[in-house]
This record gives sequence, structure tokens and C-alpha cells, in this order.
Amino acid sequence: MEIDPFIFRLSIFILSIFIGYYVVWSVTPSLHTPLMSVTNAISSVIIVGAIIAALAGSSDSVFGGSSIFGFLAIVLAAINIFGGFLVTQRMLQMYKKKKDKKK
Amino acid sequence: MISANLSAIFYLISGVLFILALRGLSSPDTSRKGNYFGIAGMIIAIIVTFLSVGNFSTSLVYVVIFLLIGGAVGAFIAFRIPMTAMPELVAGFHSLVGLAAVFVAIAAFLNPEAFNLGVAGGIKLASLIEMSIGAAVGAITFSGSIIAFLKLRGIMSGSPITFGGQHFLNLILGIGIFILIYYLCISQSANIFWTVIMISFFVGVLLIIPIGGADMPVVISMLNSYSGWAAAGIGFTLENTALIITGALVGSSGAILSYIMCKAMNRSFISVILGGFGADSSSSNKKEKKDQKPVKSGNAEDAAFLMKNASSVIIVPGYGMAVAQAQHALREMVDKLKKNDIKVTYAIHPVAGRMPGHMNVLLAEANVPYDEVFELEDINNDFANSDVAFVIGANDVTNPVAKTDPKSPIFGMPVLDVEKCKSVLFVKRSLSPGYAGIDNELFYKDNTLMLFADAKKMTEDIVKNLD
Repeated sequence: MEIDPFIFRLSIFILSIFIGYYVVWSVTPSLHTPLMSVTNAISSVIIVGAIIAALAGSSDSVFGGSSIFGFLAIVLAAINIFGGFLVTQRMLQMYKKKKDKKK
Repeated sequence: MISANLSAIFYLISGVLFILALRGLSSPDTSRKGNYFGIAGMIIAIIVTFLSVGNFSTSLVYVVIFLLIGGAVGAFIAFRIPMTAMPELVAGFHSLVGLAAVFVAIAAFLNPEAFNLGVAGGIKLASLIEMSIGAAVGAITFSGSIIAFLKLRGIMSGSPITFGGQHFLNLILGIGIFILIYYLCISQSANIFWTVIMISFFVGVLLIIPIGGADMPVVISMLNSYSGWAAAGIGFTLENTALIITGALVGSSGAILSYIMCKAMNRSFISVILGGFGADSSSSNKKEKKDQKPVKSGNAEDAAFLMKNASSVIIVPGYGMAVAQAQHALREMVDKLKKNDIKVTYAIHPVAGRMPGHMNVLLAEANVPYDEVFELEDINNDFANSDVAFVIGANDVTNPVAKTDPKSPIFGMPVLDVEKCKSVLFVKRSLSPGYAGIDNELFYKDNTLMLFADAKKMTEDIVKNLD
């Protein structure tokens, strides 16, 4: 009997939840805000679905049918990707140790 | 065009890079590297998607243009946003992820051929279930985050909005969504699909309006979690490993943060969701006569004198510091104290502020080294050996009632043992109770000196008096 590929995806999903569980518990509480902004950025990897949807349009009707939703989703996800990673970077730059500033 | 197997491997790599991005956050030293891992994972995922579709027509040009438009907007926001506005920024970003998930689900429903999910009107059953769940959760995330954003921004009142039968209505609508998805699977009807999305938007609004402003740390974490589950649902639809891994990571991350926040308030997740906290005033009635108790109040001069003669000071910041933007003035004050060889540390309660870690970011912005900032459990024993506690903008998290009065609504909540210090300086605008609507016993202790003023103004005055 063959195993449905769905089961494999489900396995990845369940195992990733466990990885997430252990990784997130090890995040230091002082970085919980950057954690939220970076998770925000990476969840925008949903842009891959948006790109597929947008590229489905034919060359004479680029925005026709369903592809317009793809384009809208690209803009939203791109705001999140750039905004999320950059604001995380900006925050992390501010976390400094004592000796860095004492001179 | 690259093969499906090869692109699947690249998606796996980008999933692993996202795991490393979160792993990096275990310490501020490794966090910046972690962020680069995250960016690398995202770039790989996007490039692989372009290559696997292999459609280099005019559409591609538009895709890149739209990508850059969104990117420019995002970058602009990221550089301009003040750190005090992080909670609403994160809420706003969550809403975008939710809406993007809805749009991708709609596109997949209208044009399943593009995603290999069958033909329109004959979509594979599993895919249909996955995409409708993804769309429903995405829609709830979107409208819920919008409400959270409006509340945090102050456009909408932070007080809970409740009405009779609210929870019953939510339950009915929730069950309704599942029934509709069932019928959607049978009929493949587009109308049912649109209805599911519409109801979900409505549920998102209903879920967040009853939750009060001070429960926002839980709400933001919860919406963070939802945005992850929405992404995972879409990931199953698209059979995309990167999206499934990320969705699971983000979903569990948000869930853990919600748990930590609930625990720090000693409230169950259910009671936060049901909302209405801070709305009832029944418990405050008997407290009225307590208000007559004498309060010692002082000015900046007294505060400066007390601190100058101390050998150790612990600073307890709270939401009020963020509102008053007092973090830079505070830093200045601490620098002056340190010049006098006074040991200064910061004590942060997990729910201080409006989102997890909010205070830490603000202090970091004011150049406070992170190794001077301590979490509740690490510093709570130090209060007994310290001379002065400087409470700025915090209230309920210092209330000793949580340890002494079993009848109090916050009884059992872990609090900072501020009252054990030799003297307590409490910066506050008035004697009004905090969001929990309970009086803070700390105000009436003999060793407490109230400093009635705006947090920033008071801190600046203290700085002047320290010279």
C-alpha cells in the first residue's frame, strides 16, 4: 500500500511544531518583541503562493481572473517581508552589551 | 524551469534557515546572524518559486514591480516607525499576513490548475478543505488584527466591548463555518466559499472587541499564532514545505508567547479570550474607604536626594514609561546615578507594556545595555537588599495585594516585590487604579514616596536635581 503524500506533509508539520516549541522556549524574554516581528516576516513566505497565482495569468491578460489576487497578495506579503526583517534588524542593532558603549 | 523535486529541496533549505533565524534569538549576540539566516531563507524561497514556475512572460515584470512597491512601503515603515509604536506595527503586519493568506486561497480556488489542485469546480477534496481553513483563519487574523491595531493606536477605545449572547454568537458562527466548509466540499460552490470568508472576517472582529487594552500582550501573541496557522493551511494547499514549516514555527511561537503572557497575569487563556476584564467595577466598591488613607507625596528634589544617598537602585518600568516616551530621560538619570557609584539595575515584569518584550526594546533604544536588564524571576530577590525602587509607569505588576489578598482579582499573579526595598519612589500621574481596577496597596506604605507627575517630566526634573 502506498502512503498518501499528505501524510508526509503532515509529518513535517507536526515535527515542525515540536521544533518551534523547543526553539521558541529557548528565546530569551528580552527578545520577545523581535521574535514577533521576525516570525511575522517569515510567515510572509506565503508570497510563494502569491507569485504562483500572479504568474498564472496569460501574457495578454496579466491581471485577468485570479491573478489579480496574486498581485495584491504579493504587495501585502512584500510589505511584511521588507518591513518585518528591517524593523527586526533595527531593533537588534540596539541591543548592546555594557562594554560596547563604555569608552 | 527546475524540477519539482529540486525546488522542494530548496524550500526545505529555506525552512531550515527560518528555524535557524528563530534559534539565533536565544541571545542578543547571535540574534543579528539569525536575522540574516531568515533573510537568506526568504530570498531562496522567492527565487526558487520564480524558477519553478518558469513563466518569463510580461507577468514576471509586473510581479517584480509589485514586489518592489510592497518592499518600498515596508522598508519605509520599518525605518520610520518609533519604537514605542511597535505593538501596533506588529498588529498591522499580522493583518497583512492574514489578508495575503485569504487572497492566495481565493486565487487557488478560482484557478486551481495553476496550483495543480484539479480543475475549477472539481478541486481535490483535501485541497479544498485546506484552502478553506487557510482562508478562514487568515480572514479571522486579518479583521482581528485590524481591531487590535485600532485599539493599540488609540483610534478605538481600549475598553472591552461586550453585549449579551456574545459568546453564544461566536460559537454559532464558529460551528457555522465548519458546516459551510462541509457543504463547500460537497457542492464546490463559489458562493459558499465567499460566505465562509465573510463570516470569518466577522468572527475576527467579534473575537477581539471584548478584550481590554491591558490584555493586548495576549491578543498580539494570539494573532501571531493565528497568522502562522493560516500560513500552514495555505502551505498544505500549495504542497509547499517552506510554508508548512514556517506556519508551524510561527503558530507554536505565538502560542507559547500567549501562554507566557497568561501565566504572567495568572489568568487562563479562556478567560482572556472571553474578555471583559477591567470592565466590571463590582470589586472596587469596598475599596472606597481605603482611598482616605494617607499618602506621602514628594517632588523631584526629594527623589534625587533619596537616590543620591542610595547604594543600589532598581528601576521598574511599565507601559506609562512608553506612553510618556520617558526612556531616554530615564537613561540620563541612570547615567548620573552611576557616576556617583550607585548600582542601577532594571526589573521587567513579563506583561509590562503592550506586547511581549516591549520594555526591553524601549530600554535598548535608549542605549541601556541588555545585561543590566533583568526578568522578574532573576531579580525579585534583590529588592530586599536594595535601597530604592524607582517605579516608572508600572502599577498592577507591583501590587502586593496579589500575594496577600485571595479575594483580589489579581491574586496569585507573580509580582515584583518592590515593597521590600528600603524606599519606593512611585512615578504616577494620579492615584487612579491600574487597568485591573484595583487599588495598589503600595501607595499607602510608609516607605513609599509618590511622585505625581508625567513620567518624562518627573525624570527630567530629577536629572536636574541630581547635579
